Amino acid sequence: MAFGRKKNSVEVSQTDGGENAIANKEVEGLSQRQIVLRRFVRHRAAMISLFVLISVVVFVFTASEFHIGPVGWNGWWHYTINDAPDLLRCPNGNVGCPTLTITPGKNFGLGAHPFGQDDIGHDYFALVMRGAQRSLLVTFIIGLIAGTIGTVIGSIAGFYRGRVDNALMRLVDFLITIPSIIIGSVIGYHFGNLGATFLALYLGLFAWTGLSRLVRGEFLTLRERDFVDAARVAGASNRRIIFKHILPNAVGVIIVSVTLLMSGAILLETALSYLGFGVVEPDVSLGLLISKYQDSFTTRPWLFWYPGLFIITIALSINFIGDGLRDAFDPRQRRRITKKDRARASEIKKERESLS
Amino acid sequence: MSDPVLKVQNYTVEFWVDGTWYPAAIDMNFEVAAGQVLAIVGESGSGKSTTAMGIMSLLATNARTSGSIKIKGSEVLGADNATLRKFRGKEVAYIFQEPMTALNPVYTVGFQIVETLRTHFDIGPTEARLRAIELIGMVEIPEPETAFDKYPHQLSGGQRQRAMIAQSLACDPALLVADEPTTALDVTVQAEILDLMRGLKTRLNSAILLITHDMGVVADMADEILVMKDGNTVEHGSADQIFNRPQHPYTQELLGAVPKLGSTKARPFPYKVDAKPAPVIKLENVTIEYPKRGRIPAFTAVKDFSLEIYPGEIVGLVGESGSGKTTVGRASIGLIPIKEGSINIVGNDISQATLKELKGIRRHTGIVFQDPASSLNPRLPIGESIGEPIFLAGLAKGADLDHKVEELLNSVELPRSYRNRYPHELSGGQRQRVGIARALALTPDLLIADEPTSALDVSVQARFLELLQELQGKLNFACLFISHDLAVVDILAHRIAVMQNGRLVESGDRDSILKNPQDPYTQRLLAAVPVPNPAEQALRREARLAAK
Repeated sequence: MAFGRKKNSVEVSQTDGGENAIANKEVEGLSQRQIVLRRFVRHRAAMISLFVLISVVVFVFTASEFHIGPVGWNGWWHYTINDAPDLLRCPNGNVGCPTLTITPGKNFGLGAHPFGQDDIGHDYFALVMRGAQRSLLVTFIIGLIAGTIGTVIGSIAGFYRGRVDNALMRLVDFLITIPSIIIGSVIGYHFGNLGATFLALYLGLFAWTGLSRLVRGEFLTLRERDFVDAARVAGASNRRIIFKHILPNAVGVIIVSVTLLMSGAILLETALSYLGFGVVEPDVSLGLLISKYQDSFTTRPWLFWYPGLFIITIALSINFIGDGLRDAFDPRQRRRITKKDRARASEIKKERESLS
Repeated sequence: MSDPVLKVQNYTVEFWVDGTWYPAAIDMNFEVAAGQVLAIVGESGSGKSTTAMGIMSLLATNARTSGSIKIKGSEVLGADNATLRKFRGKEVAYIFQEPMTALNPVYTVGFQIVETLRTHFDIGPTEARLRAIELIGMVEIPEPETAFDKYPHQLSGGQRQRAMIAQSLACDPALLVADEPTTALDVTVQAEILDLMRGLKTRLNSAILLITHDMGVVADMADEILVMKDGNTVEHGSADQIFNRPQHPYTQELLGAVPKLGSTKARPFPYKVDAKPAPVIKLENVTIEYPKRGRIPAFTAVKDFSLEIYPGEIVGLVGESGSGKTTVGRASIGLIPIKEGSINIVGNDISQATLKELKGIRRHTGIVFQDPASSLNPRLPIGESIGEPIFLAGLAKGADLDHKVEELLNSVELPRSYRNRYPHELSGGQRQRVGIARALALTPDLLIADEPTSALDVSVQARFLELLQELQGKLNFACLFISHDLAVVDILAHRIAVMQNGRLVESGDRDSILKNPQDPYTQRLLAAVPVPNPAEQALRREARLAAK
């Protein structure tokens, strides 16, 4: 460290005009949102996962019929979940095997029933598609509702403290004592079969408690930091302080918690379906498919594979996207410097040298 | 001459970071004899702590060492853990910077001393207890029997540090490694701890390795000094040599950057003393109370405090930790409500103001916080942090705002390209400049600077103070400069106010306070400040002890 007057290593050219675009680009002001977006886009695992998740969503929702109220469509797949064609016999003597072949040969392609057939001949591809639709719906609705409520309530409790905090946290204490599986059962028992969407809505209304406590804890520590006072002195309103200054600092906790919540939602839905209160037949969900055919694992394993494959793909993608978001919000996360970056940096340097 | 207690030869420490070895201490050579104090001085990152921790192989796992370290003639570098454990605590004891974190909060002080004793000696619990009480008495903690059963949080900062010294002395170590032992303490407490260490050194004839950045402490304690910079030994010599005839330019600069009490020239007031203009801020009989929370009773932090600051003037507010100076600073811009009295900023009473009015009044004020790590939002690029006050005041937007932010960065001598950087990518001094830029964004009439330099190295501090003075000269704002460091206040302030236990004990113009203090507390405070000059410091020390 140099003594006395400290010269900065980066000399800034103050001359006007289009001296070089790189220098201008470097000093161009970027908002927090732009920077976060940039960093997210650079996160390879997250981008791949996002692509996979979007593909899965599009694929699943177009394959089988999908209706919300009056809007909806019939999928491009020629079987529905109610069709029960005759069971096909496979080469090895089993029945209803998947006909999907990805190795080149004469059978290459989807075949009649790519994922096979169930006990009575239902097309398993159609079932899995519908199941994945339901599971995705449940996951996202619960994640969205519980995430929003939990964050808002936790922020308010942690930021305002005192009476507000007490009132909200006692509500949380009360809700936390009731297991969500019981809530689901009671809802199912009272209102009969509501379908996946409404079940998810109700569960979302009860699943936010853990998140809100975590967020409150983060807020309690963050609100004592000097930068919050600095923002207040700068004239920021409470709303701005909460959303612009504190929340981005708590985002790591929120994202990790919400992604876990979403993966947990799949399991919760499975458990409730198993008890007969979640998604019930003739509707299907991935959890229901797995629990229904768990005995067939040794004889007809594909009844297990395909729903499992979708659950894993969905849960993993969500977790990776969560990772990417958390890293993007956390400026301390350094991106690895690749060879390409180095090459580009030296090019820029040469360019500058030749200009000056 | 007998064998030195500690002999370090060609000692090098390197850390494995991101695929390469980074040297933290390069080719160190020094020795410490019994009854001697060697001080290792340097700024943050110079490798002084690494050297100290390396002596007992307490480094992180990504470190690699070479060379030789001999304690009383036996090699400890590369020794196995069983051998090292025999040395740790018994032959070599450490005193850490922060006693609150170095002592285990769930055990009593006595227990921790007994633990050390019984690890190294074959003694029974009763005997160990008696010895521990004796040690606690030796470090001059009042009522050793009661203090034995106290938990670290029940002791004051100075007492905790004493307890830690007692623990480290438990086995009469041959070498005491003190890593910034007084940095977390107030000057008066620091003086006492240094007295204690000096006394123990003569009594026990231990060797002391003192790690510090404070040249005053060095002048007070050291026989020999080793100056480090970026892992290299820059200069090594006796205290007299280093202080009076420094050879290396770095040492000269380091000594030059240390602010010295009473060495600055007269500073005329920016106004006529008999015809004062209207004050920028006027605190009248202010009492501030932290309300009771749960079972913790209400605490009066500031009582009956009055102060006026006039345009263009810097007032230094001095006091030890817990004296309420930060509370006054925060209350002055309405961050803490006041219980009694009134605070007027440019004619507006902020004690009665509504939130909306307060927002208007705050446009006339700015604040620089103590801790540069916490005062900037880690998730916001600094350009946005600086621009926020302007944006919220509705003065500029978009390209206009960008331009203003660039101007502010220029004024604090940071490159424009730094605007997209995050606070963690900046050094402490740079962050503090960003803090100033933000505070000055609205060209305030009043700037509150709350210990802005206490987290900075001396050279960075010197530059920072220069910058602050330049800016103050240009923009002519009034400034309340809060500090525990009298020498820093001496450089900046026109007037000085001294606080103790929430009360204003003395205030007046700079020279009268520093040269002719009336209040006994101010006198004590001034006497306790170590000066970076061994001969002068020895005189001051004697004068202080004689006054006791």
